[in-house]
Amino acid sequence: MEAELRERVRRLLADHDPAGTDRLDFLRARFDAGLAWVHFPPGLGGLGAPRALQALVDAELEAAGAPDNDPRRIGIGLGMAAPTLLRYGTEEQKQRFLRPLWTGEEVWCQLFSEPGAGSDLAALATRAVPEGDGWRVDGQKVWTSTAHTARWAILIARTDPDLPKHRGITYFVCDMTDPGVEVRPLRQLTGEAEFNEVFLTGVRIPDTHRLGGVGEGWQVAQTTLNNERVAIGGQAMPREGGMVGVVAATWRERPELRTHELHQRLLKAWVDAEVARLAGERLRQQLAVGQPGPEGAAMKLAFARLAQELSGLEVELLGEEGLAYDDWTMRRPETVDFNGRQAGYRYLRAKGNSIEGGTSEILRNIIAERVLGLPAEPRTDKDMPWKELPR
Amino acid sequence: MSAPDLLYSEIEEELRASVRDLLTDRCPPSAVLARCEGPSPYDPALWRGLAVELGVAGLHVPEEYGGAGASLRETAVVLEELGRRVAPVPFLGSAVLATGLLLAACPQDPLLAEVAAGARTVTLAVPLSTAPGAGFPGTVRAAAGGRLSGRVTSVADALTAELLLVPAEGPDGPALYAVEASAAGLGVARRTSLDLTRPLADVTLNEVPGRRLAEGGPAVRALRQALTTGAGLLASEQLGVAEWCLSTTVEYLKERRQFARRLGSFQALKHRLADLWLETVGARAAARYAADTLAAGGPDAEVAVALAQAHCGALAVRAAEECVQLHGGIGMTWEHPAHLYLKRAKADQLALGTPGHHRAALAGLVDLPGPVG
Repeated sequence: MEAELRERVRRLLADHDPAGTDRLDFLRARFDAGLAWVHFPPGLGGLGAPRALQALVDAELEAAGAPDNDPRRIGIGLGMAAPTLLRYGTEEQKQRFLRPLWTGEEVWCQLFSEPGAGSDLAALATRAVPEGDGWRVDGQKVWTSTAHTARWAILIARTDPDLPKHRGITYFVCDMTDPGVEVRPLRQLTGEAEFNEVFLTGVRIPDTHRLGGVGEGWQVAQTTLNNERVAIGGQAMPREGGMVGVVAATWRERPELRTHELHQRLLKAWVDAEVARLAGERLRQQLAVGQPGPEGAAMKLAFARLAQELSGLEVELLGEEGLAYDDWTMRRPETVDFNGRQAGYRYLRAKGNSIEGGTSEILRNIIAERVLGLPAEPRTDKDMPWKELPR
Repeated sequence: MSAPDLLYSEIEEELRASVRDLLTDRCPPSAVLARCEGPSPYDPALWRGLAVELGVAGLHVPEEYGGAGASLRETAVVLEELGRRVAPVPFLGSAVLATGLLLAACPQDPLLAEVAAGARTVTLAVPLSTAPGAGFPGTVRAAAGGRLSGRVTSVADALTAELLLVPAEGPDGPALYAVEASAAGLGVARRTSLDLTRPLADVTLNEVPGRRLAEGGPAVRALRQALTTGAGLLASEQLGVAEWCLSTTVEYLKERRQFARRLGSFQALKHRLADLWLETVGARAAARYAADTLAAGGPDAEVAVALAQAHCGALAVRAAEECVQLHGGIGMTWEHPAHLYLKRAKADQLALGTPGHHRAALAGLVDLPGPVG
């Protein structure tokens, strides 16, 4: 399989010289050659190969100077929409959506969280009512990154309020250009607006854009959410590769800022960061030999705590400079820019690390129940019809 | 430098299973507890089983020197299992510290083969709290002709050792000596130790004949290396202690009912255990990194050891403290074994350098110096 992949890469490069080929043309050709995500099926950007071989393809293409698909900019499509489409989509849906998703021609966003349903996601209130050959959707979503650049959204909505909250939900693909979809920037405590509020008013979604059965949206959403957690905090890092490197560099360059108390805290944080890095490395080694451990959920928790501790330490280390902020102008960044901005921004933005993509509290529950096997908290909402839930 | 291998090999897992089986059969918690109060703090039959039957006394000693030819990675796995049982055997003193010293100082000496075979039990006569970077100890002096006099306090595994390896200041500078425990002029006095399962003793020497093993720079380097290796491997014992505390507490909270609910269903407790688990995951990675780097003799060994000790020492204590607390009144009793783990964890935290000492060492190793003045 490895030899075949190398041969395919060689042929792709021979037919489409990266130096002389339009970026998008190259990406489309790469998708059609099955080298986009090799573990996907043939015809859908893959070859049904082991997922681990993707690294080989990526490395060879990078070495040849081939353009990539800017994975950070289209992370939601790649990390969440694609695996869900692959598992639950119809053949038509897969053919229609996956190629422009992968090339980045069409950006995706995720219409899951609501003002009244964050960690308790299944309590969502956005309604989808049958109308003609499709559905009419009304509601409000929040914390939607890339909604302002997105062409498509994965959406969960309530289709039966008489059922308990996990059972009356259905999963759709929503066209963000449709009338009735209104995207408003949601300004954060950093001053910028990475995220959006999305208002859905009488939005028409054809039934052909439903993913999975009516009322089965919660199961479909689990695929999306599990992939989200795997996607966060999964890359290999060198020593001092994260936020600790930024603080350590300042420490080394600015001896006049050092105090004994900060020294103790910095050394503790350095140890924590290096231990977390090694734990991540160990997790990757387990995955590589086919022993996925439960540590994945833990990594996000560990990195959130570290980012917050270190970014707070950095502001203190800077002393008077820490009282300043680089820029409160409202901006709309496409990705989080931890390293491109100053300490105050890092401190404020890191506050989101323990909230976005599952709060640290929810992750602790997941570890306690699924890894340690502790019993679930008794719940009264599981069997009660959604419309009778107190809110 | 190749990438570190942080996993366990199949051979290591087989070794773990053998050690665990033997400990399950011959080292139940009740026996450990009973022995703490008796006259003999160690279990000689258990030690023979480990050292001779399983051959773990010389696990990482090369075959040419009479050992099993495995590596420090395997020795670390044994320590995990011994920690999980707070097993009353002199493994740390004999198979880790003393063996490490002999390997570094004089591997050809026939003494090493005897120790590796489990035929003789040895220990390294330094206070257990000695950190790897501490200066060469000066509490014992050697006269010309190799007569040793002086005192070494808080020596681990000295009560059962048939032989002691003693660092001493001789007429020509620092040197390492082998001293027979039965020699005239040698006194070994048991101390009342915090850790009931690893008792300490004070060793006094009054013109005791010693055999010189190494001297000068080689002696200093060998001692430092033995202590560095010991500190790095101690992290695996600390991991074993923490794992027992975590899993025992989880099992207890799954069963124990209060307020008409199982205690483990309370979110406040679940979150504490999830955090503890997270730190244990980190400890496993750090301990494996130390073992692997020491086994390979890699250039990052000192960083790896300091890192593992800074994290694992504190974690084991926290795990043991949580174990006592979450067992409630039962955790405060003498008959529940939780206290044995608390005592071992706290003593281990002080052994071979405290976490604070190892963090301070890191400051130099990774270029994060403190303020001047």
